[in-house]
Amino acid sequence: MAHVPEGLRYTTSHEWISEQGGTYTIGLTDYAQDALGDLVFVNLPQEGDRVIAGETLCDVESVKAVSDVFSPVTGTVSEVNEALADSPEMINETPYEAWIARIEGVSEVEDFLDAAAYVAFCEKE
Amino acid sequence: MEKKTPLYEVHVSEGGKIVPFADYLLPVQYPTGILAEHEAVRTQAGLFDVSHMGEVMFSGSTALASINHLITNDYATLGTGRMRYGILCNECGGCIDDLIVYKFGDEEYFVVVNAANREKDVAHMAANALPGTVVEDVSDGIAQLALQGPRSRDILSRIADPTRLPEKYYSFVRHVSVAGTDCLVSQSGYTGEFGYEIYTSAENAVTLWGAIRGAGEGFGLLPCGLGARDTLRLEASMPLYGHEMDDQTTPLEASLGFCVKFAKDEFIGRDALVATGAPSRIRVGLVATGRGIIREHQDVYVGDRHIGTTTSGTFAPHLRRAIAMAIVDVTCATTGTEMEVDVRGHRVTARIVHMPFYKHA
Repeated sequence: MAHVPEGLRYTTSHEWISEQGGTYTIGLTDYAQDALGDLVFVNLPQEGDRVIAGETLCDVESVKAVSDVFSPVTGTVSEVNEALADSPEMINETPYEAWIARIEGVSEVEDFLDAAAYVAFCEKE
Repeated sequence: MEKKTPLYEVHVSEGGKIVPFADYLLPVQYPTGILAEHEAVRTQAGLFDVSHMGEVMFSGSTALASINHLITNDYATLGTGRMRYGILCNECGGCIDDLIVYKFGDEEYFVVVNAANREKDVAHMAANALPGTVVEDVSDGIAQLALQGPRSRDILSRIADPTRLPEKYYSFVRHVSVAGTDCLVSQSGYTGEFGYEIYTSAENAVTLWGAIRGAGEGFGLLPCGLGARDTLRLEASMPLYGHEMDDQTTPLEASLGFCVKFAKDEFIGRDALVATGAPSRIRVGLVATGRGIIREHQDVYVGDRHIGTTTSGTFAPHLRRAIAMAIVDVTCATTGTEMEVDVRGHRVTARIVHMPFYKHA
């Protein structure tokens, strides 16, 4: 079973969210990286991008396929993890450290799952 | 309902991620992942279950004439114990399938076809074989394993007499005892690496897989799935039916003219290919020079001019760069030509390079 840390929030599209002082940090879950396989490219968003809850934030590519990462909130990208451009495998290795983007000025958030609800959701997938 | 190869349970126990492919349930990868599997084949060895492939026997006094009538290459010059690639064309010159013919003897040929095309191929072969040829689909009784990579010979030599292994590329030896099972071993594969393809009766498959896995301990052998099979063949710029060719694409357009022998008096599709003449579009290899991964079915441009479409594309794990194959206008097909590929709405720059992208030492 994939690792699901207690302190984070989750979406049904397999992003994790950590919120601190109005800044939302977004990444892909362990379940997501395992399902995607070896990641070889992250098409990062740019600082200043306006993003909308439930719409595409960026995409990641495994050897086999491209997959969208969805933004769980509406707001503005304030920071991106540039290290992923050269080392996309960090998402496979340490999914909860390899954050993708930070979003500020958030006006709308999706309904998040807590760890227990996300585990239950993954078990049904 | 998908079929299972005789090794299905083995793949599950090895931790394979099972997907449907060509009506079979097969592993796309094992827990080590596609990148590690790909690299194992390039530097050590990998073992693939390719039992889904189809095998068709041609026998009888007119077997050679039937093969030469059906397939674009010339098999009159093929010696017993040798094998040769070719294309099964329709009357319009389109590709029904690509395949490999093994010559067992003057009146006996073993033809290996793509799983997804097997029924279509057998129907076409049976309908067009000459009187005096028996065409028999023997696929269900045969398992095929591919042992690929520079350590393949060392591994196989632990469980088979090394003097019985085929010495030359595209040659084979029948009735080789591998771990006590009766096998046909050919020096061939779909990875661009040194290696063997091993055919045996379906009931021997589990024994043979286990023996090769055991013999591979200490040699870095990994079980490999369909994912690595695809990245390896693409890095070696080997065509895949349904991608680089189909019934709307001629072998000349797919840059497979080397296996179309117009010197033969006739073969199905010859008249159409002759009438068409030099192709107006051909297959080329692309390397992305911009950031992004090019995939299949993406539009290729020089400036604003649409010149073709990609047929396959991936991140090449060993070369560490994004590569693709495309069929493009022949006037834009010169090596070094710069072009752009529409990757989901944004243009990624790419350059035509010589194929193969990768060639083993």
